[in-house]
Amino acid sequence: MNCKSLVIELEHYLDEELDPAIRASIEEHLLKCKKCRIIVNTCKKTIEIYCNSEPAPLPDETRMRLHDALAKRLKRAHP
Amino acid sequence: MISKPQCRLARGLCAMWAAHSFKMNAMVPFSMDEPMSSPKTNPMPSRQPLPSQVVKEDEPQLVAAAQAGDVEAFETLVERYERKIFRLTMNITQNREDAEDAMQEAFLKAYEHLAEFQRNSRFYTWLVRIAVNQALMKLRKRRPNQISLDAEVDTGEDTIPRDVEDWGPSPEERYGRVELSDILSAAISDLDEPFRIVFQLRDIEELSTEETAEALGLSVPAVKSRLLRARLKLRQKLSRHFRRSDNQ
Repeated sequence: MNCKSLVIELEHYLDEELDPAIRASIEEHLLKCKKCRIIVNTCKKTIEIYCNSEPAPLPDETRMRLHDALAKRLKRAHP
Repeated sequence: MISKPQCRLARGLCAMWAAHSFKMNAMVPFSMDEPMSSPKTNPMPSRQPLPSQVVKEDEPQLVAAAQAGDVEAFETLVERYERKIFRLTMNITQNREDAEDAMQEAFLKAYEHLAEFQRNSRFYTWLVRIAVNQALMKLRKRRPNQISLDAEVDTGEDTIPRDVEDWGPSPEERYGRVELSDILSAAISDLDEPFRIVFQLRDIEELSTEETAEALGLSVPAVKSRLLRARLKLRQKLSRHFRRSDNQ
């Protein structure tokens, strides 16, 4: 395993889709290579930050228009 | 669904998700330069449920009630997901008016087709797919000559990132919630469409690779290569904000 082949396998590594032998080979490389370690860890952190990010509240006007549209539709369905 | 280790790293967050009380700064401190686990001595952490898999206990009942004609139950579902759906349509269309229209149409369509929803799948995934379709229609209408999503793109997956600056511990805690949200939005907005939309579905909405491929009409390998490119690009963009400062 070298840096280039690690990047090729990175997607599968991040999603835990590798067979144990390749995974072990990657982790062995990561123990030795600081650059790859940073890439892997910061990639994981990137996904984690987005995955856990809270969506902003809807703008008031947007929310009002959504619920007005729904109210009209729901009223039509259940007058 | 394929699990994602990054989410499992944030232990405890899943429970917080269920309580609808996510706080960005509540993540577990994480050192970017920690040696990776040894395959012999330190297996991956035990699997934690992903946030989107933590369905509120009342959701099946709400969906069933809505399907039986309970309007309030449907409104509760809308209120539960409106923020996430608006973020999704906004990240796809990159236009507030289109995003708002796509969100409205998605909820209206969901209501009209509620009887077709199979309760053995996740309601939110079903809703996301409707919203993605609406948002993509807006995108194509506004830019009819754009390259289609399934066109060949240079994913450059064999490129070794040049910028490998390390990040400080808990980098997101260096920013307030609004500021962090702006950083994340700006970074994802800056991605080219094929990468941005795949990342949105796969890593934010937590659809599986297969679900993402199906929703976008892409092959599974195309989703994977675009996702890798998106992740590497975003990592690089966030490095400008999260890199280790001199005093860390």
